[in-house]
Amino acid sequence: MGEKTLTRMDLSEAVFREVGLSRNESSELVEAVLAHMSDALVRGEQVKISSFGTFSVREKAARVGRNPKTGEEVPINPRRVLTFRPSHLMKDRVAAGNKR
Amino acid sequence: MIRSELIQKIAEENPHLFQRDVERIVNTIFEEITDAMARGDRVELRGFGAFSVKKRDARVGRNPRTGEAVQVEEKHVPFFKTGKLLRDRLNGKAE
Repeated sequence: MGEKTLTRMDLSEAVFREVGLSRNESSELVEAVLAHMSDALVRGEQVKISSFGTFSVREKAARVGRNPKTGEEVPINPRRVLTFRPSHLMKDRVAAGNKR
Repeated sequence: MIRSELIQKIAEENPHLFQRDVERIVNTIFEEITDAMARGDRVELRGFGAFSVKKRDARVGRNPRTGEAVQVEEKHVPFFKTGKLLRDRLNGKAE
């Protein structure tokens, strides 16, 4: 099993190999994809990539939290959180690929 | 937003590219992330988030219908953690 960490650079390298654009343009396109996805999520939209997964924004209500170290109560403000639900295909591929 | 809308947006911004190349570009990005996780690798996209693989230990599950105990094998599942910048933007902070 792996344990390597891929970054934007690896994604743009893959685009560069696949399509044969310049490295510079490949990395700009990776950036554009992430920017469009982020912008849609910030607008509150769901981003649904078939056979990959779905990113959704959920509203969390305000609650009283506790500092686990001091036991002190701290108010937690209402906030929006992002959740990712992997597609069945991704789950299957990740499960199969990491099977011992 | 769905995959085809994302492709459409990128295509509009890049009129010099063929639509089919834009499709290949977008598909390659998602394919590369899934392939990495299938190898057990992480994908860290600063500002957006990080994809990683989590191990779920073997456990004794139960068939909810019959109540029968079944052995569930250890397995690996995809996991996503939102990046700080995106988390802040979702809450109106940053920029």
